[in-house]
Amino acid sequence: MFKRQYLPILVTVGLFVLVFLAGSFRYTGFFSLQVLTNLLIDNAFLLIVAVGMTFVIVSGGIDLSVGSMVALTTMLSATLVEQQGWPPSVVIPLVLAFGCLYGFGMGAIIHYFNIQPFIVTLAGMFLARGLCYIISINTITINDSFYKDMAMTKIQLPGGSFVSISVIIALAVVLLALYLAHYTRFGRNTYAIGGSEQSALLMGLPVARTKMLVYAFSGFCSALGGVVFTFYMLSGYGLHAVGLELDAIAAVVIGGTLLTGGVGYVAGTFFGVLILGVIQTIINFEGTLSSWWTKIVIGVLLFLFIILQRVINVRASKMKVI
Amino acid sequence: MWNRISKHHLFWPLMVLAALLLFNLIYKPAFFSIRIQGGHLYGSLIDILNYGAPLILVAIGMTLVIATGGIDLSVGSIVAISGAVACLLVSKSADQNSLGIVLTAVAVSLGLAIVCGLWNGVLVAGVGMQAIIATLILMVAGRGIAQLVTSGQIITVSSNPYEYIGAGWLALLPFSIFIVAAVWLAAAWLTRRTALGLFIESVGSNATASRLAGIRSRSVIFAVYIFCGLCAGMAGLILSSNVSSADGNNAGLWYELDAILAVVIGGTSLNGGRFYLSGTVVGALIIQTLTTTIYMIGVPPEITLVVKAFVVFAVCLVQSEKFRNVLTSKWRKRRYQAEREVTHHV
Amino acid sequence: MTEQNPILDMRGIHKRFTGVVALKDVKFRLFPGEVHALMGENGAGKSTLIKVLTGVHDINEGTVTMEGKQLAISSPLEAQEAGITTVYQEVNLCTNLSVAENIFIGREPRRFGRILWKEMNRRAEQLLAERLNVSIDVTLPLASYSVAVQQLVAIARALNISAKVLILDEPTSSLDANEVRELFTVMRKLKEQGLAILFVTHFLDQVYEISDRISILRGGEFVGEYLAAELPRIDLVLKMIGKDLHLLAELPKSGSKEESRNGEAFLQASSLGRKGAIEPYDLNIARGEIIGFAGLLGSGRTESARLLFGADRADAGELTVEGTGGKIDSPRQAIRQGIAFCSENRKTEGIIADLTVRENIVLALQASRGWFRTISRKRQDEIADEYIKALNINPKNPEQLIKNLSGGNQQKVLLARWLLMEPKLLILDEPTRGIDIGAKAEIQKLVLALSRKGMSVLFISSELEEVLRVSDRIAVLRDRHLVKMMTAEEMSHENVMKAIAGG
Repeated sequence: MFKRQYLPILVTVGLFVLVFLAGSFRYTGFFSLQVLTNLLIDNAFLLIVAVGMTFVIVSGGIDLSVGSMVALTTMLSATLVEQQGWPPSVVIPLVLAFGCLYGFGMGAIIHYFNIQPFIVTLAGMFLARGLCYIISINTITINDSFYKDMAMTKIQLPGGSFVSISVIIALAVVLLALYLAHYTRFGRNTYAIGGSEQSALLMGLPVARTKMLVYAFSGFCSALGGVVFTFYMLSGYGLHAVGLELDAIAAVVIGGTLLTGGVGYVAGTFFGVLILGVIQTIINFEGTLSSWWTKIVIGVLLFLFIILQRVINVRASKMKVI
Repeated sequence: MWNRISKHHLFWPLMVLAALLLFNLIYKPAFFSIRIQGGHLYGSLIDILNYGAPLILVAIGMTLVIATGGIDLSVGSIVAISGAVACLLVSKSADQNSLGIVLTAVAVSLGLAIVCGLWNGVLVAGVGMQAIIATLILMVAGRGIAQLVTSGQIITVSSNPYEYIGAGWLALLPFSIFIVAAVWLAAAWLTRRTALGLFIESVGSNATASRLAGIRSRSVIFAVYIFCGLCAGMAGLILSSNVSSADGNNAGLWYELDAILAVVIGGTSLNGGRFYLSGTVVGALIIQTLTTTIYMIGVPPEITLVVKAFVVFAVCLVQSEKFRNVLTSKWRKRRYQAEREVTHHV
Repeated sequence: MTEQNPILDMRGIHKRFTGVVALKDVKFRLFPGEVHALMGENGAGKSTLIKVLTGVHDINEGTVTMEGKQLAISSPLEAQEAGITTVYQEVNLCTNLSVAENIFIGREPRRFGRILWKEMNRRAEQLLAERLNVSIDVTLPLASYSVAVQQLVAIARALNISAKVLILDEPTSSLDANEVRELFTVMRKLKEQGLAILFVTHFLDQVYEISDRISILRGGEFVGEYLAAELPRIDLVLKMIGKDLHLLAELPKSGSKEESRNGEAFLQASSLGRKGAIEPYDLNIARGEIIGFAGLLGSGRTESARLLFGADRADAGELTVEGTGGKIDSPRQAIRQGIAFCSENRKTEGIIADLTVRENIVLALQASRGWFRTISRKRQDEIADEYIKALNINPKNPEQLIKNLSGGNQQKVLLARWLLMEPKLLILDEPTRGIDIGAKAEIQKLVLALSRKGMSVLFISSELEEVLRVSDRIAVLRDRHLVKMMTAEEMSHENVMKAIAGG
């Protein structure tokens, strides 16, 4: 049976297919597995960050600190590996734990002091960005062999195409998030809180713990995104990933998640990221179009999807089953 | 008496500003010196006013939007668009020094800023979107539009009339200070001498009840978003004129956040309702003084972000009812918290 | 019913909030297999008692014993674990989740931490079918169902948590008659299954239809516990209202001002209606006339009044004000026509909490004058002082924030707001709800005085006595229909009750 609540995600998938096909008809060499896998390679970090953001938005919050957290992770990794000489096997778990803790802290402030997530994560964004500059104002290039290996390794796929290790990590995160969202109490509690925090509390759900865990998970995803971004850029820099939070939010919304919370799909976010990626690819293929068109198109898509969600919501409230 | 002073909404913002200035005075006694040179006043205090002008403008507009219970994330993009359009028009003209051209450019870019505000107003008041979502659209797309206008380059102009807006002097003081003063007075007049202020506070405090009292909430919301767009447009003109160039990528970047911060420091609640224009101006001055101070003591300017982060935390904690309860009475028992949550929502 | 041991026994309960005693030496017993109604007026302490029982509030003194064991409930979760669950009037579930999830969330069937969806859906269907006789698609979001179904789902959730005590807090307020009947069927079934049900409602009919036992609270004190069959209605009402009854009786009867009405029509509604809110109805209101609206909550009283004020848009019918036709589409239009509306939801639709008493009073007048024709501050102060004196608003400081006033005084400020507009028709929706008895009498007197001066009033109240006392004519509403217009001669407690009950 077709269910109305899956309409937004169908629209997202449909849109992705449509844009991809349009690109394929227009440009030779577009319709290939490698273009698809490149989408993933170039957007692996965004995908990871957006997955974390999905949970936060589903819970009814928002996390503006993700871009800065990615930058801070690249910076921390670079300085610890290059300047302190720590082994990557220590550094990577360390930055991931740091990301978790950072998110957890923001979640705790949001919950216990009842301050809007927007403001708390805004402060978190300032703080993380500022910490980058405290480490260094300049770029720190990474020459460590492990990071280089991670960046260079190509995993061959049938058909002559390949993906990077980052893609594998990103896909693993998506699968993990799918499982978390739909098959664990943590995931369902997140949806419940997004639906109505008051009800969740009265139903005896662990609201405080879940909220803090959601931000911790987003912090973890940002840190992991940062690690992947480090593989991608092979450097740490305070200006990395500026504005990434907006891309992540856009991908989540285009993926069919309601910004008001309670309804959302990890799978939708996956396609949301792919749509952003394919638009970027088309603009690259076009050649004459400049990168700022991406922003304009994303803005237009955001507008259309928000309107679509409103229409669906209004119609749903008018058509009760009983 | 002391109690009355300390309860005043300007008390804490002014104390913070005074503390910052005091620190500067101790650190560098010359901070307060103002000298006259070539008929102009020079000095750090004048600089703070001058460089703070765009932020004060944007924050004044933001105050009214926040007072209605909304928020405008798109101001930074509007700053960029308005500067870009004005500089483009001036740079494309045959005679960049023609006053007519500059006035046209100013009018066109302010008109565009109003259109941007109108767009936000339509989405918030007309379509009924959450303000944070509605203005996010223009925040993303607007930055792209600004880059489109400048073709991703930095447009430079060499026009005396245009430079006057942000870098000119009028009777000893930078001209931008007069713009700010005029907008501040206009906003104060609009909100305190007409009924608009009452309506804004009413709509922000309780939109449903306001409608039932016969207030046209929609036109009030339209008005504040348009005003906010206009303020951001003027800020964009001052910014671009000050450096005689427009940068679509970076002009006005993070302005929305600084403006929101200034409003919150000034004592206006993010939940809407009562608003304080003078508090906002002080808030913006605090932010600008902070930046100047950090420059002066030789710390890399980017560190400002860390300080800002702590300022945001501090201000929000002070505004948070829960936090105050923690301070005034200890946690009592854990169950107290559950009780608060439930009663808070019921 | 056999006199077995109570499953729940509360004794000597004291609850104080800062400066206020909410419960004073209250006791309450609940037996398995019974429906026990908890009755009391607003402020009697019903909701406090329920919040104590559900762990939202803690108690200062007293004991709560459940199945012989003493309990210390300090959170909703602990109450649930003890077997006490509550279903509120506003369903506290997550409407974005599926029906099955709403029943099971927090205790989903799992294997190795993985939620077993099929198992959960199957169990949900089984539970709904076997214990509540309901068969619905449990995989749809709860939002796709009506409030009545949502309440049943809430009950199913309570049952699944193996509730022994089920608290139904005004569950019928937002249900229509059929839905109430269905709910009662379910309640009887649950009673047979041995559940103890605490039932809170305002509707006397429903109390007698379903309850075995009645406990009454008044002003935070315990009045008594009675078997429903042995407590006549009038006694119940007297015990709830207590000795304050004579205060209201002092009011002049409405008939005394008959001559002041000139019969000229002010407003005529013909076939005015709105889908899902109120069926098309006809109504005439003459100048200086007081029309009472009687009917149960949810009968369409508020909804029909909102159409007259343009708070909701009518989708059928015509409205004529002073002979000029046309629709009233917005409150602004209604206000311009001389109509004022005091909403029943004082907090959400009445007061502007952040503003002062003065600002709240002048708000509507200023709104009608627009942005630029301001009222001078001096004039505002005069107006505020005048109404604070006239309506005896306390505290007498016009610069006090209205949120710091008591409910009754807030109501008076709202009245002042509309009286200042000198309306020709004043719609009062539950103007006396939740305010103390003295303020109640003052407001009723005021209404009578206003109508003597030629103002028409539409008076909506759940308290039948009040409606009977002030009204010249009464419109009775039932199930979203205006079923009867009663003239002064027809008006009696019995007649109105019959019309409300129907049949």
